[in-house]
Amino acid sequence: MRTALVLLFLLALAAVPGSIIPQRDIDAIAVSQWQRSHPELTPVYEWLGLFSVYDSVWFSAIYILLMVSLVGCILPRTRIYWRGMRARPPHAPRNLDRLPESRTLVLDEDSDAVLARARDVLRRKRYRVDVHGAAGEVAAERGHLREAGNLLFHISLLVVLVGFALGSLYGFRGGVIVVSGQGFSNSLSQYDDFDPGALFGADDLEPFAFTIDDFRVSFLESGPQAGMPTEFSADVTYTEAPGKPPRTHDLAVNHPLSLDGGSVFLVGHGYAPRVTVRDGAGDVAYQGPAVFLPQDSSFASFGVVKVPDALPEQLGFEGLFLPTYGFTMDAGPFSRFPDALDPVLSLLPYRGDLGLDTGEPQSVYELDKDKLEVLEREDGSDFRLDIALGQTKQLPDGAGSISFDGVDRWVKLQISDTPGKHLALGGVLLAITGLLGSLFIRPRRAWARVRREEGRTVVELAGLDRSAGGDLGEEIDELEQLIRNRDKEQS
Amino acid sequence: MSPADFASFSNNAIAFASVVYVLALLSHLTEWAFGRSLPADVETPREQPVPVVAGSADAAPPYDGPAAAGTDPAAGTVADPDLASKAHNLERFGRIGVGLTIVAAALHLAGLVTRGLGADPARVPWGNMYEFSVAGAFGVTATYLLLLRRYSLRWLGVFVTGFSVVVLMLAVLLLYVPAGPLVPALHSYWLVVHVVAAVIASGAFAVGAMASALYLVKSRAESRDDAPRTGYVARLPQAAVLDRVAYRVHAFGFPVWTFAALVAGPIWAEYAWGRYWGWDPKEVWAFITWVVYAAYLHARATAGWKGRAAAVIALVGFATVLFNFIGINLFGSGLHSYSGLD
Repeated sequence: MRTALVLLFLLALAAVPGSIIPQRDIDAIAVSQWQRSHPELTPVYEWLGLFSVYDSVWFSAIYILLMVSLVGCILPRTRIYWRGMRARPPHAPRNLDRLPESRTLVLDEDSDAVLARARDVLRRKRYRVDVHGAAGEVAAERGHLREAGNLLFHISLLVVLVGFALGSLYGFRGGVIVVSGQGFSNSLSQYDDFDPGALFGADDLEPFAFTIDDFRVSFLESGPQAGMPTEFSADVTYTEAPGKPPRTHDLAVNHPLSLDGGSVFLVGHGYAPRVTVRDGAGDVAYQGPAVFLPQDSSFASFGVVKVPDALPEQLGFEGLFLPTYGFTMDAGPFSRFPDALDPVLSLLPYRGDLGLDTGEPQSVYELDKDKLEVLEREDGSDFRLDIALGQTKQLPDGAGSISFDGVDRWVKLQISDTPGKHLALGGVLLAITGLLGSLFIRPRRAWARVRREEGRTVVELAGLDRSAGGDLGEEIDELEQLIRNRDKEQS
Repeated sequence: MSPADFASFSNNAIAFASVVYVLALLSHLTEWAFGRSLPADVETPREQPVPVVAGSADAAPPYDGPAAAGTDPAAGTVADPDLASKAHNLERFGRIGVGLTIVAAALHLAGLVTRGLGADPARVPWGNMYEFSVAGAFGVTATYLLLLRRYSLRWLGVFVTGFSVVVLMLAVLLLYVPAGPLVPALHSYWLVVHVVAAVIASGAFAVGAMASALYLVKSRAESRDDAPRTGYVARLPQAAVLDRVAYRVHAFGFPVWTFAALVAGPIWAEYAWGRYWGWDPKEVWAFITWVVYAAYLHARATAGWKGRAAAVIALVGFATVLFNFIGINLFGSGLHSYSGLD
């Protein structure tokens, strides 16, 4: 018990840092930002595992020790309980009036009749009852299930842990951004990020596929909370396996698409402006939606357009998509509202080498500017392009042009499978059942002893609580009443 | 009435409730003041003969003799007319305090309900931090009022009304946002299940923490030989009784918290975020709270930890509840960012 207490405190303390220091599993970007601003602490924290506390050796050590101590506690207690469960109620102590609650009552009936009634009353109150006729006493005990509840609670915790472990070993979690109108099929190459459990194989992915037919979002347009999203949902057409009939689903937050081998969750959304880029030769070098990532609640979104096919030099654009354009001298261009009411692209054009041929992986949301030069006006200032929907802007020096054709929306989807989640849920529910038993069932003993005295029957009634905080007095009062009342009825 | 009418009625009701809570607090403080010079063993006139310390079988712990204070029948008759009038006033202000608390709680509830009706479309009134605070304070008051008779809790009146006053004022002054619709992440019936369970459990933990704190004060007073016979502490129930009330409230709160944080929360998280447990800061602190209260229950059954140490653990547990609510909502990031504040 003392060990368990110490380990519980350690567990509580050990969980704290993970809520303060950014965690890789939760927000990898926050981790790298933190690491950039704390270059000296980073190696120390890294060594201590502080960026993934809940997978770290020391955190695991604490809960594994706790589980070991738990098993070490459960096993002997189960053995004791097993024996105790079949034991008969102990004989009455010699002096019943020394027990915490005791009563003496005098009845006119025969002692055997009183004894039989005491037995019936106690049985009706769900006591396990032994009658010792020769000694003139009834011994009763109840509340064996308290310890059963206690054991159930602790065993259930092990079940929860097994369920949790199954999920992290055999499960996976992947993320992907899909532009409205486009599709996804469940294979490793389609994911933007993929985090498999230790024992998960890529072959385990089920061959489902789906298309995002449409995505709707609405924002509050007036009032103090204007700009707050009120609803977003996507129409999805999916097939569970190639050849299976297609079905539709309304995908929304709190309304995931559950499939065999994984569930699809809508976790975010944003804008993908459709642009056409013509190069210096006048040929279309790029056409289509480019995913821009929202920066704030106004959905001002940052993104890039890479045009490797442009001639004579590769082109790149970097900048903001503003769904509802606003401008002040102080802040420059900004977005006034998250909905696409007056969309404008505000881009800086670059030319040169995009660095796509180096073989190093590159983010699709950033330009590698090592070999790029920004296009400038004649006066040397940046050639910033503010392009309204439907407009086409020419680049300087005949480098080409860029048109803003339309606005698509994209959805960020999380696809994940967590085997063992039902086991974990069942475990917690069992744990609560056990907990209720261990908190509210009162193990209790009661005795009644009768003797004849001057032609009447004297009954000694006493009780003993085996757990603290009970209302033993009330119970014994009630037993007394039940034994008396019958007496009145009969006489 | 239109939603806007409901919304402004809600604001008025919460303001009125705060005022009535202040009056209730003043009554209880007056009750306390009359008790200052009144020996604790002077019985106050009551309709029900169930003073906390004495008599009722519920109040007496096993193996504990009859409670020391207040049981002597002779002590019930007060010879000194000054003391008698003090005892009378004490009882009167105590009852006024309880009555005002009931009125305030009714206004509080009305404010909460109309807050939900004040949003368009109508919804449950706990969608941002202002509403969580108002609902949480109501949870504490409701727990107190529901248990008032059963455990004779009037000695908690000062703290419960004081707590409600402080929480409502902070909510109105610092956390207020106008009534509006819910963010899409909260569109789920789990919002009802999960938050109601969390509010009930927090209410129980708050009352439990108050009882545990008073237990610490009282048990220290009892361990001193020269403990004063008058004053608030002397009039508190015996330490053993306070300890038992604390335990019972916690024993009720812990399974409810287990359900809120470890069943309803994960199920909803699985629907909304695609994982049932992700060590989000809110989840971490809910887990820490759970572990600390588990330690409290263990401590009560461990030699050397019973009593004072266990009470301190209960207070630590409530501190983690408060930190989770205030610290994580306001300063933390994470997925539970529904404070509605910028």
